[in-house]
Amino acid sequence: MLSISNVDKRYPNGLLALAGLDLAVAEGEILAIVGGSGCGKSTLLRLISGLDTPTAGTVGLDGTPVREPRPEIGLVFQEPRLMPWLTIDQNVAFGIRHLPAEEQKARVSETLARVGLASHLGHWPRELSGGQAQRVALARALVGRPKVLLLDEPFSALDALTRGDLQDHLLDLWAYDRPTMILVTHDIEEALVLADRIVVMQPNPGRVRVEVTPPLARPRDRLDPEFLQWKYKLLGELDHASRPPTGDETFPAGAI
Amino acid sequence: MSSVNTVAASSPEAALPSRGFSAKWLIGFILPVGLALAWEVVVALKWADGRLLPTPSRVIGTLVGLARTGELGGHVLATLQRVAMGFSLGVAAGTVLGAVSGYWTLARRLVDPMLQALRNIPSIAWVPMFILWFGIFETSKVILIAVGVFFPIYLSLSGAILGVDRKLVEVGRIFRFSHREMITRILLPATLPTYVISLRSGLGLGWMFVVAAEFMGAEEGLGFLLVDGQQTGRPAVILASITAFAILGKLTDWLLASVSARFLTWQDSFRPAE
Ligand SMILES: Nc1ncnc2c1ncn2[C@@H]1O[C@H](COP(=O)(O)OP(=O)(O)O)[C@@H](O)[C@H]1O
Ligand SMILES: [Mg+2]
Repeated sequence: MLSISNVDKRYPNGLLALAGLDLAVAEGEILAIVGGSGCGKSTLLRLISGLDTPTAGTVGLDGTPVREPRPEIGLVFQEPRLMPWLTIDQNVAFGIRHLPAEEQKARVSETLARVGLASHLGHWPRELSGGQAQRVALARALVGRPKVLLLDEPFSALDALTRGDLQDHLLDLWAYDRPTMILVTHDIEEALVLADRIVVMQPNPGRVRVEVTPPLARPRDRLDPEFLQWKYKLLGELDHASRPPTGDETFPAGAI
Repeated sequence: MSSVNTVAASSPEAALPSRGFSAKWLIGFILPVGLALAWEVVVALKWADGRLLPTPSRVIGTLVGLARTGELGGHVLATLQRVAMGFSLGVAAGTVLGAVSGYWTLARRLVDPMLQALRNIPSIAWVPMFILWFGIFETSKVILIAVGVFFPIYLSLSGAILGVDRKLVEVGRIFRFSHREMITRILLPATLPTYVISLRSGLGLGWMFVVAAEFMGAEEGLGFLLVDGQQTGRPAVILASITAFAILGKLTDWLLASVSARFLTWQDSFRPAE
């Protein structure tokens, strides 16, 4: 289990990006974090991944604190961040460089096939479209079979069609070895399609506004009336969260 | 010869589509060849006597003559040796210090201010000091060349390391790269394009400084040949020596560029329109 307790993050410039954040994520759960830009979503993922450390409070995975990156936690950034001097299979192999060469090769091909890029082995990053590059980044994170997979707005730079395609694909990938998945997004629909639970954050300082567990059947249908109802409720929440404080700061969590 | 050909095939120009390949190269020859021919004609028609500016054919004749007697070979060898040693020394020092000060903040705070200050002294100004310290012979020449080569390498490499995309470094951190892996798998390839350019400009400076070094007293070398040509009033010898410098400079730069191009094929860089 992943537990974030009473976490503050203050950047060296004095900005308080997160304050008193509490969150527990069960094994195999898909959690979506939504919120406007600047409310600390990326900061939170950086703390969970160990790239950054909290100013106060703790991030723990299965009882041990996370203070630096760990093999069992994978992260997909908002941009693909592929090494331009390596072919895509070499990029994917980054995550399993300690394995014997034979096994590396097999795992890389298998993972690239899972993200639908089997035919691109040996290609260069510059030869890929945005969606393909992001799939390679996903494969690079998945190839080490992390227990926790963190995704920071991974599809936000893609067109709607590619995005929908990748969202469906992500669920298949998740079903393969069911990692705990935390998906940061500013797209409510994406959160509703994918997540078991949705956390809405609000800024200044970044904290949890509400948490919801929409009781929607899977696979989720974007046009189902109940889905749409949830979508509008959450849009309302987001709207509130991004407005300047109006005195409703004590809005009780889970009150929707 | 065959090894030279393989290197040529991998140079970036050669990697371009081959249609109109030879024509593209020829364009660059129009101006120099045209001017040379024009001067040749002007002197042949006795519109000028060509005493102070000998014709290309006389310069080439002088060059061939010097080569026949074996004199040229000796000068070229002496000069090449100095450049090679000075360049190697400058590259080694610039690479080590540039890498350390780019990668390690404490080291940068320690050495960078001093080097930045020293950089502003024209390297030639050190000549008297070097002669006092290392004598008039080879050591002071090699050191002068090394100092000239050192700065562009040091500055570009430390700058390039500091300029490596933090986002790529973070990928290394996520995969728990050791310092060594971070250097070999991310910093080295990321800085290589800049480093190669600095090697080339360092080499150019190496050729510049070898002339200065050989001016300050040498019994051998192309720079000596220059001075000798001036003192004995033989402009053709001066120009022959300059031509030799040009050919050697171009050749070594081309060699450096061709060898390094092999490591940079991944670059997705701008290619100017035709
Ligand atoms: N390295 C940093 N130094 C200082 N402030 C930062 C840094 N990174 C992010 N911030 C600030 O922290 C806040 C939260 O940023 P971020 O976590 O990126 O938000 P989000 O991902 O939700 O858009 C923003 O106000 C941002 O400007
Ligand atoms: Mg963000």
